[in-house]
Amino acid sequence: MLRFLVRRLLETIPLLLLIATVTFFMVRLAPGGPFSAERAVTPEIQRNLEAQYGLDQPLGRQYLAYMGDLLRGDLGPSFKFHTHTVNELIADAFPVSLELGAWSLLVALTLGLGAGLLAALRRNTALDFVPMSLATLGLCLPTFVLGPLLVLVFALALGWFNSWGWYAWSDRVLPALTLGGYYAAYVARLTRGGMLEALSQDFIRTARAKGASEARVLLRHALRGGLLPVVAFLGPAAAGLITGSFVVETIFGVPGLGQFFVKSALNRDYTMVLGTVLLYATLIVALNLVVDVLQAWLNPRVRLA
Amino acid sequence: MNAAAITAAAGPEAEASSSLWRDAWHRLRRNRLAVAGLVLLALVTLGSLAAVLLSPYGYTAQNLALGATPPGRAHWLGTDQLGRDLLTRMGWGGLISLSVGLLATAVSLVIGVLYGAVAGYVGGKLDALMMRFVELVYAIPFTIFVILLMVFFGQQFWLLFVAIGAVEWLTMARIVRAQVMALKRQEFVEAAVALGLRRRAIILRHMIPNALGPIIVYATLTVPMVMLLEAFLSFLGLGVPPPLSSWGVLIKEGAEVMREHPWLLLFPGGAFALTLFSLNFVGDGLRDALDVRTARD
Repeated sequence: MLRFLVRRLLETIPLLLLIATVTFFMVRLAPGGPFSAERAVTPEIQRNLEAQYGLDQPLGRQYLAYMGDLLRGDLGPSFKFHTHTVNELIADAFPVSLELGAWSLLVALTLGLGAGLLAALRRNTALDFVPMSLATLGLCLPTFVLGPLLVLVFALALGWFNSWGWYAWSDRVLPALTLGGYYAAYVARLTRGGMLEALSQDFIRTARAKGASEARVLLRHALRGGLLPVVAFLGPAAAGLITGSFVVETIFGVPGLGQFFVKSALNRDYTMVLGTVLLYATLIVALNLVVDVLQAWLNPRVRLA
Repeated sequence: MNAAAITAAAGPEAEASSSLWRDAWHRLRRNRLAVAGLVLLALVTLGSLAAVLLSPYGYTAQNLALGATPPGRAHWLGTDQLGRDLLTRMGWGGLISLSVGLLATAVSLVIGVLYGAVAGYVGGKLDALMMRFVELVYAIPFTIFVILLMVFFGQQFWLLFVAIGAVEWLTMARIVRAQVMALKRQEFVEAAVALGLRRRAIILRHMIPNALGPIIVYATLTVPMVMLLEAFLSFLGLGVPPPLSSWGVLIKEGAEVMREHPWLLLFPGGAFALTLFSLNFVGDGLRDALDVRTARD
C-alpha cells in the first residue's frame, strides 16, 4: 500500500511537468499576445511591458524561468490584472469553485445513491421505473440546457431563488442542482446496476440462508460490492464537475475559477492560463489516486500494484 | 436452438458471420426504445434537411423590423431578435451539430481502433508501453486543452472536430485492444500467419473486421458525447464560427434572452436533448443486439 502510494506520487511529477510543458508551448506558439489586444498601447509601451514580463527573451529561456518559478510554487504575475499574481487570483476564485463542486457532489451522491438504491430494492415497480426514467432524461439534459430551464422555472416564474449571483445561501441551490444533476442521474444508474449485480451473488444467498435480516444483508453484504462502480466513476465525475463549472459559473454569475479560466484564455493571459491548467491537472490526478485507494479498500480483489 | 444458430454451427465461416448480423438486426428490431430512437433520429435529420432546403428564409437573412416574434404561421418556430427564422437556423444548426458529431467520432474511431489493434496484436513490451500511455493520458483534463486549442488557434470548423476526435479515442483503444487480444489466439489467425500474411495485413484484414461489433456499439455511444462537447464549446462561445450556427450556439443565444423570448431556448434545447436521448437508446439497443454477454446496466 505504502509502496503503491509512493510510486503513484512519484509518477505524478513527470506527468504534471509534461502538462506544464505542453501547455506552455501551446499557449506561446499560438498567434496573438497578451498585449496585442490593447489598441491604446504604443509600440514603446508594448516593448516595455514585454520586457517587464520577460516576453522579449528567447522562448527557451522563458520556459526555463517559468519552470524554475513553478518548482518554487510561484505561478508568476498575471498579464491582465497587472497588480495581482496568479497565486493571489487563484486563491481568491478557487474556493468559490470548490464550494460549488462540493455542493454539486453532495447533490449527485444523495440523489443518485438514494434513487439507485430505491430502484434496485423495488425492482420492476413504479419506484424503479420512475426514478430511472428521470435519470435517463437527466443524462440527456446538458448543464447548459438544464441551468437556463431551472432559472426559467424557479427564479423567473416562481421567484423562489435569484437568477444570478453568489451572495445568499439560497444562491447555491440552483447552480449545485444544475451541475450535480447529470452526475446524480449517472450515479443512480450505476448504483442500481451495481446493487442488482451484488444482490445476485452467491454470498448474498449464503447470508440470507444464515438468517441475516434483510437490512443487514443490504448494508453489511451487498452495499460494499454494489457501490464499486460508483466509486470508480467518482474520478471522471470530479473531472467533469470541474469542467462543467465553466458553464454553470457563466450561467449563474458565480465568481469562481472556471469563469476566470475561459476569460484569461480569451485574454491571452499566459501565466493565468498555465496556473489554472496546472491546478486542475493536479486536482484531477490527486482525485484519481484517492479513487484508486478507495476501490482497493472496498474490494480486496483489486490489487494496488 | 434457432435457425440462425443451426446455420452458424453447420455452415462455413462466411454464412455464420452474415447470420450474426441478421440476428443482431432481429434483436435490435424487437427493442422498442432503440427503434423509437432510430425513427426519431431519422426524423430529426430529415427535418433539418427539409428546413434547410424548403425554407423560404435564408439562415442569415435578417428582418430587423420584425424582431423577435413567437411561433406563428409565417415563422413556425418564431424568430430571434434579428428577425431570423428559428426553424431555418435550427435546420442548419442540426446539420452542423450532427456532422461535427459524426466527423469527430470518425476521427476518434480511426485513432482508437488502430492504436488498440496494434497494441493488442503486437503485445508484449509495446503493448505495456502503449497502454501505460493511455492510462497516463486519461488523467489529463482534456476538455481544458480543447478549449485552449479553440481559443488560441481560432474557431475553425475542421479544428473543432479534429480536436474533439483527438481526445475521445482512449476508451475505444481499450475496447479494441481487449477484443484483439481475445481474437489473436484463434486458429484462423494461426492459419493466416502460416500462409505468410504480414502483421499489417492480419491486423487490418482479420483483427479489426472481427472486432466490428463492439466498435460499432461504442462509436454510437461516442456520437452523443462528442455532440455534447461541441455544444459545450459553443455555449462558451468557442464552437463553430459565426454566422454558422450549431444547436449549442442557438441554446447559448436562447439562454441569454429566455426571460423575454423563451421559445428561442426551448426549441433548440428540446431538439438537442431529444437527439441525445435517441442516440443513447440506439447505442444501448445496439449493445444488447450485438454483444449478448453484457447485460444492460
